[in-house]
Amino acid sequence: MTPLLSLNGLTKAYPGVVANNDVSLSIAPGEIHALLGENGAGKSTLVKMIYGLVKPDAGQMQMNGGDFAPADPRAARAAGVGMVFQHFSLFDALSVAENIALGMETPPPMRTLAARIREVSETYGLPLSPDKVVGDLSAGERQRVEIIRCLLQDPKLLIMDEPTSVLTPQEVDILFETLRKLSVEGTAILYISHKLEEIRALCDAATILRGGKVVGTCVPRDTSAREMAEMMVGSTLATPKAAAHDAGEVLLSVTGLSAASPSAFGMSLRDISFDVRAGEVLGIGGVAGNGQDELLAVLSGELPCGVGMVQFKGRDLAKNGPEARRGLGVLAAPEERLGHAAAPNMSLTENAMLTGAAREGLVRRGMLNWAKTRDFAERIISGFDVRTPGPENAARSLSGGNLQKFVIGREVLQRPEVLVVNQPTWGVDAAAAAAIRQALLDLAADGSAVVAISQDLDELMEISDRFAALNEGRLSEPRATSGLDVEQIGLMLGGAHAMEVAHV
Amino acid sequence: MDLSAINPILLIAAMIAAATPILLAAIGELVVERAGVLNLGVEGMMITGAVCGFIIAVNTGSPTVGFVAAAIGGAVLSLLFAFLTQVALANQVASGLALTLFGLGLSSLMGQSYVGIKPPRAEATPLGPPADIPVIGPIIFGHDLMVYLGLGIVAGTWAVLKFTRMGLVLRAVGENHDAAHALGYKVKRIRTLAILFGGACAGLGGAYISLIRVPQWTEGMTAGVGWIALALVVFASWKPWRVLLGAYLFGGITQLQLNLQGAGVAIPVEYLAMSPYIVTIIVLVILSADKARAPGSLGRTFHASG
Repeated sequence: MTPLLSLNGLTKAYPGVVANNDVSLSIAPGEIHALLGENGAGKSTLVKMIYGLVKPDAGQMQMNGGDFAPADPRAARAAGVGMVFQHFSLFDALSVAENIALGMETPPPMRTLAARIREVSETYGLPLSPDKVVGDLSAGERQRVEIIRCLLQDPKLLIMDEPTSVLTPQEVDILFETLRKLSVEGTAILYISHKLEEIRALCDAATILRGGKVVGTCVPRDTSAREMAEMMVGSTLATPKAAAHDAGEVLLSVTGLSAASPSAFGMSLRDISFDVRAGEVLGIGGVAGNGQDELLAVLSGELPCGVGMVQFKGRDLAKNGPEARRGLGVLAAPEERLGHAAAPNMSLTENAMLTGAAREGLVRRGMLNWAKTRDFAERIISGFDVRTPGPENAARSLSGGNLQKFVIGREVLQRPEVLVVNQPTWGVDAAAAAAIRQALLDLAADGSAVVAISQDLDELMEISDRFAALNEGRLSEPRATSGLDVEQIGLMLGGAHAMEVAHV
Repeated sequence: MDLSAINPILLIAAMIAAATPILLAAIGELVVERAGVLNLGVEGMMITGAVCGFIIAVNTGSPTVGFVAAAIGGAVLSLLFAFLTQVALANQVASGLALTLFGLGLSSLMGQSYVGIKPPRAEATPLGPPADIPVIGPIIFGHDLMVYLGLGIVAGTWAVLKFTRMGLVLRAVGENHDAAHALGYKVKRIRTLAILFGGACAGLGGAYISLIRVPQWTEGMTAGVGWIALALVVFASWKPWRVLLGAYLFGGITQLQLNLQGAGVAIPVEYLAMSPYIVTIIVLVILSADKARAPGSLGRTFHASG
């Protein structure tokens, strides 16, 4: 059988780095093909070439035996390639139907389009209302918008970039059901993910990239997740391990916390209560947009809350802003790296100064001690394996994963008593993620209280002592992690809201 | 005080004419901002349009040709802004301010030998007999063509933004330029076209002042109308019909307070003179209390990467 798409010796170089070096692979019709690799291995560049966003320097692509060289995404779509992006592709202020129309070459009139959206969404089990404004949708629903946008064009090849990173286990099941159905109908799928177990469950073949080169192929069903991970990293993996420790006194206590979201598309917090003890990691799961950003903002002090809602060692924090809380030892690392956790155009040294000033003694009588700050920044860089030429480089010049290591390291090295992190390993490759998790565990072992907010359930199961789920701004009762299974977690993620209603 | 000196019919007719320059400039800027670009050079493009229209109208004897020249003049000046912000990726706020200063200087240079000259008059009532109908005649049919053109541009802009694919793509580019780029839309090209449209509209608005409202050429004669148009776009929540409402409100109260001053009302002139600004701002602030928000990418420089 002729392959649907075959790539031969694709090479693409950017100044200073070869993103893809002589990459070849082929995909048969109906095949679900996994593309594996760490951050910076060249997966995005490769799919961007197939989707016409980037032109290869060398090498050929063939589709159904004929030459394929899309000049832009429109040409790629016309040739039957659809792509579901990880970020940056929906318009918050526009409706579902408008968003979908934007991704089509010749969209039908809006009324016809709305009918077709309903039809396709029912056929594939992806319920979606065409008139809703995208800014009001959950992450899972947003992804459906993207998938349906592709499906309406009858693609022969569907590219999916980390589709499950924002979904609940139940939503993942629905998605896989849809993908298998498409595969049976003859649509090939190129599937990019970090989650090896998912790939083993779903994919027929896998190509592994490292440093821009193909380092191996395998049949995921016959290969263990550990073997695949080691092919990706090129060395053996260390699993983070928690040292045995006892929970100490309650450091952070949250009682009846309610707060309105500052953003129009945000989620307000409703009656949240939990305690975190010294030496403990509390994992907070949930799908993005259910109040994670707001919870972090309240705990860090950016978002004001009522008196008595947040207490540190019995002391009320309502009147303390972020800087005062840092002085006390309550630190936070927000999810958005560029613009929230770090100032993009400032150097790493300056960024180290921004949160480290108080606890590291980098300021004396209003004067900045740059020498000491530079040392601090260098300690972060060496301690957390941040890959950068030096601390004088701007934060925006770092790759996402490297900046994440810097941002987490900056807080961890300040010896916090309470550390709140949101999505600590988002977009970070397997080896670096393991290092960050280990750092959080070590911090807890040294007697700090850690609140880890994340959408990655495997991560939370690995590091947290207790687990709670955020849903529509409400937090479920925290439960001990040992003994929880995926089914229960899924119910906690989706069901906290329903239980609340049952109480009322 | 003699309020009977104010003829309400003529007053309303004059209100509509007074609003037209603001309306034209504001609707152009609205399109620019919906595409995600903040062009603070409206004042500069208006005054450049005013002088280009004036010079060409005087030399050809045709106000119509003058208006066409004004639109071209405004668009050419905006092309400079488009080059700075879309090609050279310069900061939009600084480029817009520079454009205003440049336009003011350029226009006074070009207009030096035209001070004190009278331009050819545009036909006052091109619609003819219906203008003689009592009451509604002067209000609805008694205007020059530019008033109707301004209304037509507002209606057209609204319809294009709401019902056409071109409008949808324009809004998408203004809402999230990275996403629009990822879908394969030409962000810079679309923005450049929007900037040109904004420049042409501002030029028409300026020429309306120099050829019809005043009509003569004096340096700096737009006197801040461009800035009011800019503010109007924001207070109108980037909606065409609200821009129309705001422009009429502002033009109307400007005209009304002039009439009240003429009638000798016992309110200090300063209060009357500030009233259009205050009333317009209050009304539009109340209207914009809904959830409307600025285009997501407004004022951000788009840089295509990988």
